[in-house]
Amino acid sequence: MNFEELKNQADEKWNQLNDSPTPVIRVGTAMCGHASGAFRVIQALKTLLAEKKIDAIIEEVGCIGLCYAEPLIDIKKQGKSRLFFNNVSVNNIEEIVEEYLVNNKIKNASTLGYLGKEGSVFNEPDLNTLPGIALQERIALRNAGHTAPGDIFQYIANGGYSGLNKALSTMEPSDVIEEVKNSGLRGRGGAAFPTGIKWSFLVGSPGPTKYILCNCEEGDPGAFNDKGILESDPHTLLEGLLIAGYATGASNGIVFIRHGHDGPINRTEEAIKQAKELGILGKDIFGSGFDFDIEVSLTGESYVAGEETALMEAVEGKRSMPRYRPPFPAAFGVWGKPSNINNVKSLSYAPEIISKGADWFSSIGVNKSTGTAIVCLSGDVNQPGLYEVPMGLTLQQVINDLGGGMKKDQTLKLLQTGGPLGGVLGPDSTDIHIDFDEMRAAGAIFGSGGIIVGSNKVCAVDLTRILVAFCQFESCGKCFPCRLGMEHLLEIVERISNFESQPGDMDLMKSVGGTMESGSLCGHGQLGFGPIRSAITHFEEDFRLHIEERICPTGSCNNPKIVPKNTRPYAQDFVAGVKND
Amino acid sequence: MPADNDTLRKQIIEAIASQHRPTVTVLSSLLAIQDSIGYIPDEAIEEVAVQQNTTVNAVFGVASFYPNFRFSPPNKHSIEVCWGPTCHLQGSSNILQAVLNYLELKEEGDTEDGEFSFRFNTCLGACSQAPVISVNHELFGKISPDESINIINKIKSSDPHHK
Repeated sequence: MNFEELKNQADEKWNQLNDSPTPVIRVGTAMCGHASGAFRVIQALKTLLAEKKIDAIIEEVGCIGLCYAEPLIDIKKQGKSRLFFNNVSVNNIEEIVEEYLVNNKIKNASTLGYLGKEGSVFNEPDLNTLPGIALQERIALRNAGHTAPGDIFQYIANGGYSGLNKALSTMEPSDVIEEVKNSGLRGRGGAAFPTGIKWSFLVGSPGPTKYILCNCEEGDPGAFNDKGILESDPHTLLEGLLIAGYATGASNGIVFIRHGHDGPINRTEEAIKQAKELGILGKDIFGSGFDFDIEVSLTGESYVAGEETALMEAVEGKRSMPRYRPPFPAAFGVWGKPSNINNVKSLSYAPEIISKGADWFSSIGVNKSTGTAIVCLSGDVNQPGLYEVPMGLTLQQVINDLGGGMKKDQTLKLLQTGGPLGGVLGPDSTDIHIDFDEMRAAGAIFGSGGIIVGSNKVCAVDLTRILVAFCQFESCGKCFPCRLGMEHLLEIVERISNFESQPGDMDLMKSVGGTMESGSLCGHGQLGFGPIRSAITHFEEDFRLHIEERICPTGSCNNPKIVPKNTRPYAQDFVAGVKND
Repeated sequence: MPADNDTLRKQIIEAIASQHRPTVTVLSSLLAIQDSIGYIPDEAIEEVAVQQNTTVNAVFGVASFYPNFRFSPPNKHSIEVCWGPTCHLQGSSNILQAVLNYLELKEEGDTEDGEFSFRFNTCLGACSQAPVISVNHELFGKISPDESINIINKIKSSDPHHK
C-alpha cells in the first residue's frame, strides 16, 4: 500500500471515531496515570458500563502533560467537545458516568476543561487556556493524550509518517542530514551534541549493516520524558528512527529500554508490529527501495547502561560497562558494526523537522538551544507534570506558571536539574533560562529534562546524600576512581549528615572529586562530583551548620537513613562474592 | 531431588527458547528466565552458558552485575519502594521505615512467612506522583506510610493461606 492510500484509510477511521455516535472515553495511562490509579479506574469503568449496559469506546491514551490532574479522563460525545475530568478515582467514576454519560449534566463531578471546536459543554474553560497547556508547544509530544498509542492509524491521521514519506520521496539522505543540521537540533540525552553532525559521522562508515540505537534506558531519577514519549506516542519515535536510518544509510534500529518498564516496552513492540504489518518497516518502504528494521532490546537495572558504549555492551548481552574510545561507535559500535546512538527525544523531533522544515524548528527556542524542552517537573510544586515548552523559559516560569507555584506555606529553596549527575541550584537561580549553555554556565545542566523542586523544608546535605548514594549504588565499577571515589564521597557526606564530620572533609571531597573527574572513562565518574560541588557552592550554610554547629536546619538529617547497599560483586565482601560451581 | 531438577531445567530451556525478540543474548536469556520462574537458579547459569556457547563464569558475571536478578525463589508478592531524590523529598524514607518495620526486615530481602519480597527501587518512573511504591508491579503514587501498609495488609488478608 502506498502512503496516500494509508493516509486516506487513516483519515476515514479518525473521522469516524471523532463523529462516533458512541461516546469515546479517553483515559491517560502513561506512568503518571498508572501510578495514580488509571488502570484501576478503567477496570471500574468497564464493570460499571457493563452493569448499566452503556455502550462506550474506551481508549488508553498517553500523558497530556498535566500529571497532577491524573487520572485524567475525557469523554467525547457526538457533536460535543472533549470534556476533561481530573483526579478521577474508583470512588467518583460512577458519579461521572451517572451525571454526564447518562443524564448529560454535571453536578458534583470535577471538570478541568474542554478541548474541541464545538466549544464548552457546561461553561468549563478551554483546556488550552490553562497555563500548564497554554505555555506548552508540543512537538515530540504532539499526540500525547490525544491519540491511542496502540493504533497506528490514529498516528497517521494526525500527520504521522508523512515526514518519512516526504524524506523518502523527495529528499536525498544528505538533504535530510542538512535539514536536521540547519534545525539546530541538539541531543536531548544530556550532552546536547548537535544531532545532525552526530548522524553525519555514520554516513561514511561502511555497510551494509549499520545500527541506529535509541536510548530509552532513562535511569535518571526525576526524568520520565523518554518513557512518556514511548508510552504516549511510540510511532513518533519509530518514524524518527526510520528518518535517521534513511539519512545515515543504517539498516537496523534498536530501541533500548530498561527491563520492568512494561508500559513503554509493550507499546513500542506493539507499534513495531503494526508498522511491519503496514509495510512501514521492513523491505522497500513506500516503494522507495529503502529497507529498515527495528527491534527492542532490554537492559537489566543499571544507570550506566545509558552511557553510549555501555549501552552497546548491554545490547550484546554483557555487563553494561563503558568501552574505551577510540574506536568511536561510528567505526566500531554494537556487534562491531558502525553505530549511532540517540536519545528518544532527539529522534522524536525528526518527523516534525522534516515535515515542517528546519526554519520552523529553529524559530522556536533561544540562542543555540532550538526547539522545545521537555521538562519533567516534580517535587514541592502544586502541579508536577510533563511539560514540553519552548527553550528559553525562565526557571521562575517553570515553577510558577507550569508548576502552579510552591505548595502551601512553602518557599523555594533549591532546584535539582539534569538528573543525579547534574547540579543543585539555589533560590537565586530562578532568572536562569532553560538553555543548554546558560544552565551549564550556572553549574547545572538541563540534561535529560528533570527538574526537582525543593522547598525550605529540604536540607541540602540530605538531598546531596541521596544523590551521592544513588551514584555510588550505580557505579559500574570499571574505573577505580569512580568505584572507590563514589564510596569515599558517600562516606564523607554521610559523616557530615550524621554530624560526625572531621576537619578537612570538605577539601577531601574536592580532592576525591577531582580524581574522579580526570580518572573515569564515562560521565558517571566524570560528573559524579557535580552535584556535590554545586550543592557546596549554593548551600555552604547548610554544610557549615552540619559541620560546625552539628545541627540540621530542617531536621531531615535526624531521620533514620535507609539506603540500599550496592550489591554488585566488587562491592560485596570478597568471599561472599565468589560463586562456587 | 532429581525429578524437580528436571522440571526446573525444562522450564529454563523453555524460557530461553520462547524469547520473541530476534536477538538472543546472555542478558536477554537471563531476563527471560527471571520473568518466567522469578529467579536465576544455578541450572539457569549453566543452560545459558551452553546455549550461548560461553562459560558459566561469564554468565554469572552478567547475572551478578544487574541488581534486578535474584538467585533464590522470590516470595509470593513483590514490594518495591522508590528512594530516588524526588520520592525522598516527598517522604519516601518514612515509607521505607514503615514498610520495613511492618515486614520485620532490616534491609532488602524476603519475609520469613514466604509472603513478601522487598526491594529498593532507584526510580519507578512516575516522579510527578511521588512518593511511589510498586506492589506486584502495580504502581501507587502520592502515597503515605499508612496507605502503603494498608495495601500490603489487604494483599495478606486476601490470601487464602493467611487468616
